[in-house]
This record gives sequence, structure tokens and C-alpha cells, in this order.
Amino acid sequence: MVKVTVDGIQVEVPNGSSALQACEAAGKEIPRFCFHERLSVAGNCRMCLVQVVRAPKPVASCGFPVAEGMEILTDTEIVRKARRAVMEFLLINHPLDCPICDQGGECDLQDQAFGYGADHSRYREAKRAVTDKYLGPLVKTVMTRCIQCTRCVRFATEIAGVPELGAVSRGENMEITNYVEKALTSELSGNLIDICPVGALTSKPYAFTARPWELKKTDSIDVFDAVGTNTSLQVRGSAVLRIVPRVNDEVNEEWLADKGRFAMDGLKHRRLDRPWVRVHGKLQPVSWQDAFVAIGRRLDGVPGERIGAIAGDLCDAESMLALKDLMTALGSSNIDCRQDGAQYDVSRREFYTFGSGIAGIEDADALLIVGSVPRQEAPVLNARIRKRFIAGGRGGFPIGMIGAPNADPTYRAEILGDGPAVLAELRQGGHPFADVLKAAKRPMIIVGHGALVREDARAILAACWALATEVGAVGPEWNGFNVLHTAASRVAGLDLGLLPGPGGRSVAGMMSGGVDVLWLLGADEFHTAQIGAQTFVIYQGHHGDAAAARADVILPGASFAEKSGTYVNTEGRVQRSFRAVMPPGDAREDWRILRAFSEVVGKTLPYDTLEALRDRLAAANPVFRVIGGRDVSGISDLAGPAGDPGAVSPAPFQPVIDDYYQTNPICRASPTMGECSRIYVHPQTVAAE
Amino acid sequence: MLQDKDRIFTNLYGQQDWRLAGARQRGDWADTAAILARGRDAIINEMKASGLRGRGGAGFPTGVKWSFMPKNSDGRPHYLVINGDESEPGTCKDREILRHEPHKLVESALIASFAMGAHAAYIYIRGEFFNEARHLQIAIDEAYAAGLIGKNAAGSGWDFDFYIHRGAGAYICGEETALLESLEGKKGQPRMKPPFPAAMGLYGCPTTVNNVESISVASTILRRGATWFSSLGRPNNAGTKLMAISGHVNTPCVFEEELGVPLKDIIEKHGGGVRGGWDNLLAVIPGGCSVPVLPKAICETVLMDYDSLRAERSGLGTACMIVMDKSTDIVRAIARFSQFFKHESCGQCTPCREGTGWMMRVMQRMVEGRAELEEIDMLEQVTRQVEGHTICALGDAAAWPIQGLIRHFRPVMEDRIQAYKAAHGGGRITQVPQGVPVGIPVAAE
Amino acid sequence: MSAHSPIDQIEQPASFAFDEESEAEIATILAKYPAERKASGTLPLLYVAQKQMGRLTGSAWVPRVAMDEIARRLEVAPIRVYEVATFYLMFNTKPIGRYHLQVCTTTSCWLRGSDDVVAACKKATGIGAFGQSSADGLFTLTEVECLGACSNAPILQVDDDFYEDLDGPRTVELIEALRRGERPTPGPTIDRMGSAPAGGRKTLTDSPADQG
Repeated sequence: MVKVTVDGIQVEVPNGSSALQACEAAGKEIPRFCFHERLSVAGNCRMCLVQVVRAPKPVASCGFPVAEGMEILTDTEIVRKARRAVMEFLLINHPLDCPICDQGGECDLQDQAFGYGADHSRYREAKRAVTDKYLGPLVKTVMTRCIQCTRCVRFATEIAGVPELGAVSRGENMEITNYVEKALTSELSGNLIDICPVGALTSKPYAFTARPWELKKTDSIDVFDAVGTNTSLQVRGSAVLRIVPRVNDEVNEEWLADKGRFAMDGLKHRRLDRPWVRVHGKLQPVSWQDAFVAIGRRLDGVPGERIGAIAGDLCDAESMLALKDLMTALGSSNIDCRQDGAQYDVSRREFYTFGSGIAGIEDADALLIVGSVPRQEAPVLNARIRKRFIAGGRGGFPIGMIGAPNADPTYRAEILGDGPAVLAELRQGGHPFADVLKAAKRPMIIVGHGALVREDARAILAACWALATEVGAVGPEWNGFNVLHTAASRVAGLDLGLLPGPGGRSVAGMMSGGVDVLWLLGADEFHTAQIGAQTFVIYQGHHGDAAAARADVILPGASFAEKSGTYVNTEGRVQRSFRAVMPPGDAREDWRILRAFSEVVGKTLPYDTLEALRDRLAAANPVFRVIGGRDVSGISDLAGPAGDPGAVSPAPFQPVIDDYYQTNPICRASPTMGECSRIYVHPQTVAAE
Repeated sequence: MLQDKDRIFTNLYGQQDWRLAGARQRGDWADTAAILARGRDAIINEMKASGLRGRGGAGFPTGVKWSFMPKNSDGRPHYLVINGDESEPGTCKDREILRHEPHKLVESALIASFAMGAHAAYIYIRGEFFNEARHLQIAIDEAYAAGLIGKNAAGSGWDFDFYIHRGAGAYICGEETALLESLEGKKGQPRMKPPFPAAMGLYGCPTTVNNVESISVASTILRRGATWFSSLGRPNNAGTKLMAISGHVNTPCVFEEELGVPLKDIIEKHGGGVRGGWDNLLAVIPGGCSVPVLPKAICETVLMDYDSLRAERSGLGTACMIVMDKSTDIVRAIARFSQFFKHESCGQCTPCREGTGWMMRVMQRMVEGRAELEEIDMLEQVTRQVEGHTICALGDAAAWPIQGLIRHFRPVMEDRIQAYKAAHGGGRITQVPQGVPVGIPVAAE
Repeated sequence: MSAHSPIDQIEQPASFAFDEESEAEIATILAKYPAERKASGTLPLLYVAQKQMGRLTGSAWVPRVAMDEIARRLEVAPIRVYEVATFYLMFNTKPIGRYHLQVCTTTSCWLRGSDDVVAACKKATGIGAFGQSSADGLFTLTEVECLGACSNAPILQVDDDFYEDLDGPRTVELIEALRRGERPTPGPTIDRMGSAPAGGRKTLTDSPADQG
């Protein structure tokens, strides 16, 4: 620790801290534009100048290391003059188009001009104009507003790992650009909008939509992957106008994946806003009462083992538990939350969760990825892997991958092979990467769904665990065994036992006439054509997607934005989201639909309020008692999951996501995601147009 | 004034063979191993004792700079990087070393590298010096072939490699950390300091960056001794220095002179006098364009060295002076520098990126007189807002010439403004119309 | 490029590959830097590409495909090469004429008549403004900052060569010679040895080893 004095206040800060950090420790706010906590220090905007006693000129506090006994002055005439000077320079070529700027109201330049700006301009020359750049369908540019802080360049290069932005030319002609007119190839590109301190980079879909002060903000959780990114839904009237990340250093730091940010325009399209019943082969709009009666009639006399239910990927824990309770009441143990057919061992939570935690990636010192493409399956988590990789420097964080990724991982990863046979090689020793893992103090293994949706999933899981124990990836001090999920609902589903009971049928078993009545709770990600022709299908959900088209009864549910819900992310972290808007039309919150229906069939579920249901959640599995936090612990019981590690097939791993932008009904209804899919995933069709 | 027997650069004009054979005749490469045999500390101490100050402009004692390098390697290699980016307007001295005394440079680079524990040196030569770089490459090749550098250089037991890296048209690369960035293959944007190059320089390794001239004099200083060198010049301003005169003199030239000689004598002797006689002198910019201009009155008496010029709120800089006679439009002369700095700003720091363009545009209006009297003060304030607020000194360099102009020639600027008003009906400020080219209008057009 | 297309509408070639001569140069260049510091080769390789374009097409410039190739060779992101190529002004990111006339107009040259040199360049080539090329595609005229040969001002740099101590008429003569396909010897265009004072040296006057 180093003792530093800031404006007479003595503070102690860690060695290597910057003067800016010392100032913050002393409670002094230092204005800044180029500096950002999560990016490298550029020191170019010069707004954070402070005086250091005995230094010949003011120093940029963001990049100036503290030394024992240093005296920093943040509020002297020299400092104020310097900041006013920088502000004047930034404004001379900045267009004063705040009234039509989407950044207005949340603009660093605007805010700091309030503190350091002059009331008139002394600049009488012509202002600079800069050509706008094309960065793709998500990020809009107004480059004349750019203050050349290079945050975006550093974000793209350092965090997103797509070094496609740069500052070309020099002096006052310096321009931020990708130089080639090409969309940024990142699943994290929306964060550029947040990182830009001015209105140079703004949201294209949100352009001219609203002012920040008009928006009501509701805390939510991103449900488009299993990371559990903390978000804020920003609403005016009945519409979610934008989604931005909230800071949670344990989970998403301050990033949000593009799907989570931009797919919300899918909430306005293809919505199920009233119940429907199929009559003579055609869906007819009906009342809730009629829909329930139709289901009740069909269920009449059907034995429990002929009824089944599948929960989809976006479901909240509450509705899944209500579904399970309903099925139990109906005498069915045919229930499944694994549309993709993945296999797990749920006997212990560490067999199906991301044990090291997302933040724990930063503590790891070697990584093996098995059957996963984290960049597509969990972009924000992938950024954490990249962060660790960058922090490790050359060779400091070796990464091996089994299964060739279908996208650049954004870090150097050695492809060890394409199928699970490599696991055996690693376990036999002699494989160079096995030595890497063994030499590491805290190695980690990520098992993805490319490995778990196969016939031999249990064998692979067992082999991965065995390898983990052999290389020291699991032990009393460290849990480096990680299952990376792709569905936001999955871990909660497993925690709540949405799995076939004794003698019950799985998703596959419910197909082809395996059940007579099939209740789909937002389940669209399986081949609906395999449902038996005679099977009566109830689709409860919010979008008219594949399964709704097959349904005999449609019960309009609520999307994540329209209900309060509990989600468990891939780490096993239980998080809550809140209702931001009302469901459209006659649509209702899902647990209420199930509760109401249970009454129709005389099997009334024992909860009338969300609170009561949440008590039931906590009773069903104590993990639901703790919201937000997560136990970090090592593993004392090294016994592995069920499965014969040797029984793997030679087939190569296949990526589970082939179109990042089209993975669920909301995305598929989103014009923005459709545009992204066209541009990024199917560029040849764009070119042909 | 300096006598021929005390000159270091005896082939300054290329009047003799610049290659190895000629260099050897002039005494270069004479038992270099013996110099190295004195050991690192002895060499650095001798350099310190000589009083040599950096010849690139800043004037930091060279021997002291060398002593900042870690004594023992922590496993990282050490580098000597030689700054041959000579781009400061008015400056044209290192060019003569590169093309006419390349072996002095190569030999001294070996000595300096040895003294700092470096096995490799890079010289960064401005891109425009294509033919100069070619000469130096020939000299390097000759030295390798003769075993003077490479493995066991000159029989000293020290391995030493010497490489040329060419710049490509960016003045800012003369700033030492921008130079290192450029050498690493990046844009020449200065780095924040600390860390300083001696701790983290080229490729993150301990590095010393020295001007071509500072390095090139080392072999002679070590041969003739620190006492000889420090006996020349004045205290704290020791030795000889390459200088140049350009502008309105009868015989512009490059020459080697003792520090501390009166500026006037230098102009009279080497420059052949001011065009039209001494009384026709208007002003002198003594050492490259970033040092403030001196009016004739000061030029009468000032000595040509670091401390004397500093006392006159100017500087020795590169000691390459620009002489202007009374026919000179001094406002335009300085405005051209403003254009230069705007053109050469790397664009990194806000005050420099925005301020150099602003200063240039106001200066261009001042050339015409198309301005208000108050704008002279405003311009002065803008220079103060740029000065001292940037990562490197380019912002300062852009500010100083204007400050010098206002300090010494304010009445000229005021007259210009009054004349413009008289001719154009006075009135309020005339804004720069849209679409007017930003370059200074060329008179001959 | 057809002679009629304006030079700022840059037609980029579809591909770029280094030829044998360039490859030999690249090998020498990359040997100068530690293997893991290949990026240091960015500036030198841009020169190699520019020179090759001059050699093969008569216009020494660096098309974007060449920058991409350099990025691939040096294992850096293409944008890093674009940044460098646009930062350093000696790299031409658009096609130029066969002879690149680079006239210094900074103060030292201006004081000694660079205005006349500029006017002569324009007169002799028919070029109207800096940055433009002559109608015959032979010449491109660029205003450059101080060339570092101020005691020999004013200076016109033609490609890699400095022509010094110029005036209007001698500039016209030089351009006419270039047009004829000649390359006059670079250096002072008046009777003068290097940067020594015109009319004879005032120092270093008594060495027997002097040439001529």
C-alpha cells in the first residue's frame, strides 16, 4: 500500500494504483472521457489532469502511477483552467446538435460541459465534419460528434477481440473507422454504444426513439443465453424501447451480448395475445374459459402416463415449477426441460453447473474447452475468457479446444482434436496439453452442449470429470469443472427436477405418439414435426413460432419482460427479474395460467400469489433461498458422474449454434435479429440481392 | 571560434572518402577494442565528465542518460536506439553525419551500446533521407565485412548488431517514445511516461534513445578525452556542436562550431553575413522552429549555447538557425510553422489535436490581418491552453513560436489588423467563409 | 486506371502478391527484428509494396489488398496496417504519377524562394493544385513539410532524391529533364559542395586527402 495525499486528505491505495484511483479513494470525482476502468489507459483526452506537487506540469491522473508521499491537488486554479481548456478544445469541433442527438441526457460531454464549459464560444473558424462510417445493422455512427477518445477502438481490440476498429490518419484528421465498409463481426458490438462517451456511436434500431428521461427502468435478466447478464429494461408506455446492461462484476461486468440488447423488437411481433383452439383443423380465437374447457375435455379419461410436458429455454423457474406440479397432480412423470436432448447427471449440482464461476475464470491458469463455442453460446462469458487470456500475456493462459469452433474464439486456442477420443489421450498422459493442465495450479475444463447433446454424453461427462480430477481441476480448494449451458431456463429446470420421473418419458419419448396430450411451455427448439399426429398439443407461450403452429390449443403467456421471474444461470446463480410491461392483450403470466387451469381440472395448485409460489420454490430446492449470490467452494467428494468414460464415440463434436441471431422465438420475430442473421450468417444472400 | 584541429566531423561536406578506408584515415575505428576494454563504467564516467549534453534539442546530459540503464540485465535485452528522424524545420545537421561520417556513427554506436549493455542498436532515420540511409547501410555492411561489428565486434569480445529502420514521413517520430512505437510497427503516438524507456522502451526492454550527433561524437570524445571536450565551449555548455544556418544569409551552410560563440559572429563567419548587411536583420530562430524567435536586438549579443539562449526565453534546440531579414513577413513565417505543427500533430491528445488546427487558422487570418485586435490575446491564451497539457512536447513546440511572435512582434500583428480594417471598411470580425482552402495562399499563384 | 478517372476515386486492384524481388527484401527486413516482433516490419513492408507497385505499374502506391497481405505476413490485424499506412504520409494510399514532386514550403525553404519552385512545378506540369497529378499521369505534386536540408533550400524531392538550391528556371529544367526520361544527379543545382558554403569552404580547408 502507498500513502498519498489528495487535497489534504490522506488515503492508502495499493501499489501501482493511478493518481485517478487515489483521487477516487479520497472521494474526489475526476472528469474523464478516454479513461474507462475496463480498458487499457490511453491518456489522450487530457480531461483528468491534476496537479502533482513538484511535477513541472499537470499530469493525466488516469495513467500516472502513485508514489509514497505523493501530494495530489485536484481543485486548484491550474487544474480548473486545464480542464476548461480541454473542454473548450473538445467543443470547438463538436457539433452542437444535442437536440437531435440520441446521447442527449446521458452524454459525458454534455454533463462535463456543465461543469467546465464556457458560456460562449471563442472559435470563429469553420467546424470539422467527418464522414459517417458503416459498422453494421446495430451501431449507428455520427462521426462528426467523435472526440477521438479511442474507447471504441480499445473495446473492439481488447474486450471483444475483434480488432476491426482503428484511428486512421493523424492530427485533426484522425478518424475512427473500420476502413473497409463492413459490419463489425462481434456479438458484443452493442457495448460500443455504452462505451462511447458522446453521441458518435449510438444504437441504430433505437435511433430517435426516446429520450432517456422518458424511460422507466426495470431490472431484468438476459434470457437469451445462460450467462444471466443483468439488464435494465427501459420502457415508455407499453413498449420496451431498449435494454442495457447493469453492472455485475460477478457475472457480466458491464457488458451485454447483442442478442440480449437488440432482440427486444421481437416482443412486438408475432405475439400470441389471445387463446386459440383448433376446430376442424383451423385455429379459432376463443376465451380463456373455452380454451381451458377444451383442454379439460381432452384430458378427461387420459391416464397420467399418456400426458407429457416440455419446458422451453426462456422459462422462468416459477412457471416451470407450476408446470411440474400440475403434471404431478395429473399423475404424469413425463416432463422434460431438455428440448435439445442433452444428458446430465443431476445427482450433484457440480455435475451440471459452471463450477469455477464466471469471475473465477480470472483465477484459472489453463483452460480446456470440450464441445463448446463460448463465443456464440455465451458471448459475455467468452469476453471473460479473453480477459483472462490477455491478462496472461504470451502463453500465460494456455487454452485447448476439443471440437473445431465455427467462429474465431477471439483468443489463441489450440485445437486438440475434433472428438471425445482426445479426452482419452489427455488422460493417458504424454499428450502435451495434459502436461499443461497438470502443471497449472487452477486448470479449468468447460464442457459444452456440443458434448452433452450426443448419445455418448454421459461417457464424455464422466471422462471430463475423470480428467478434471487427474489434472487437479477439482479439489478442496478449487472447482474448475464447468458445464456451459445455452438455455436460460436449463439450470433452474434441472434444479427443480423437470426431468422424467421413474418410468417417465423424455422429450424423445414423448414424440411419435409417446403421449396423447403434450403441454409445451414455450418449447419451440425441437423438431415439432416429430410429435405424433394424434397427439393433442397445448402450446403455452408468447410467440407464434414453430410449436404454436402445431398446437391444438394456444394459451398466450408472458415474455420475460412481462413477468417477474427467477432464473438460474449456468453458474447456478439464482437471479430475479421484474415485470417491465404488461403482457399484450389477453396474455397472462405463465404460472397464473397453470394455476388457473389446475382449478378447472380440480387439481388446484397450492399457491395464489407469486410469493407463495416462491416459498414453494425454496422448499422444492434450497438453492432458491439465496438470490444473486453464489457459493464458491471447492469439491471434497471427487466421485464422478455416472457414465463409462471409455464409451465415447469417434464422431466429431458439432457446434450447437449455427445462427447466433436466431436461437429462440423472440429472436426469430425480431426484425433486427433477422437483419443481423442476413448480414452476418448468410452474407451470400445479401450479396446476391 | 573553433579551429580545424578541434573539429570532430572532419568530413562534414563529403570532401573526402566517406567509406571505411577514408574513415580509417581520419582516425575512426583505430583500436576500438581498446576503448571498450576500459569497461562500461569508465566509458560512462568519461562521457559524464565531458559535459556532453544531448544534441537533439533537449540538452539532457548524455552520460547521465546512459547511466540510467540497468547495470545488470534481468533477462530482457537492452537496446540503443538512435534518433535520426531529423525533421525539425530549419534542422539539417544529422543528415551530414549520415551521409558523410557514417563510420563515426557506427563506431560510436558500438561503444555506446557496449556501455549500456546492449547487443543491438537500431537507428531510426526519417524516410525522406533515402540516400543518406543508403550511405549508412553501405558503412554498416563494410563494418560487418571488416569484423568491426557483428560477433566479437572489432575484436572486443562484444557482440553487436546494428540495424537501420526507416521512418515514413512523421515529425512526431522524433519524440523518443513515438519513435519506439514506430519502430514497433505502430503509429507514431508518444507514450505516457512513466515508464521511461530506460525501464520499458523498445519491445518493453530497457532502452536509451540518443540523437545521431550525441552518439557520433562519443568515439572522438573517448579518444581525445573528456578534458579536451569540456575545454571547448563554456561551463555547462561544453564542446563543439554541429550547427546550420538557413534563410536570409549570404552563404547558408552546415558547420561545426564551439558552443558559447556569439550568434552574430556565427552569422558573419559561417553565413557570410545577413543578406543586405547586419542592419537588414529582422530576427533569428536559433535552433529549429519550436524555439521562440529572437529579434535583432537580442541577436546582437546573445551567445549560441543552451543557457544563454534559455536566458533569453528561447533555446539552443538543434542549433540550426533560421535567419530572416527585413523583407520577411514575420507573421507569415511563424504561421507556416503553425501549419507545420497542425500537419504533424499525431492527433492523440485533445489540446494538440484541436489546438494546433485552431492556432493555425487564427494565424492564417493574422497573416492577412483579417482578425480583431483582441484575438491576439485570445491566440496567446490558446497557446497557453495547449502548452503543458499534452503527453509529449509537440503541443509546447506548437505554442512557443506563436508566443515568441506575440512577445516580440505584436505591433506588426496589430498594424496588419488595422491595415486590413482600413482597406476593408473596418467593422466587426470577418469570419472565415466556408470552403476557403486552409493552406497558406501561395503568392505566386 | 484510365487517364480520365479522377485520382481520388480509388480503384483498388483485386489482389496483391509480393514478387520475387520484394520477397528477397522482405527476408532481409524481417531478419532485423526479433521473431516475435514481426510487427516492426510494418513500415518497411509498406515501402516494399509501394516500391513494387511503382516498379510494376509505374505508380508507387499501396493498395488496400497490399495492406491486407502485409497484415497476414506480420500476423497483425489489417486495421493496424491501415492505421499505419494512413498515419505516415510517405505512403501513398492512392495512385500517383510516375514522378512524385514533393516540394518543401516550410519556412526555411519559403524564405529562399519555395514559392517560385511551386509555381515552376505547376507551370512545367500543368498541375493546378497540391495533391493533383498532371494530365499525362507523369507527375504528382505534393506539398511537404521540412525535408531536413534547410541549408540547401529551397528543395524539391523527386521520388527519393533531393534537388537543392533551386530557383524557378532550374526547377523547370529539372522537370523537363525528367519528362525526357533523364534523372539528373541529385544534390545542389548550383556550384556547391554538399552543405558547405557556396563559393568555398570556410572550415576544414587544409586537408590533403580532399577530393576534387
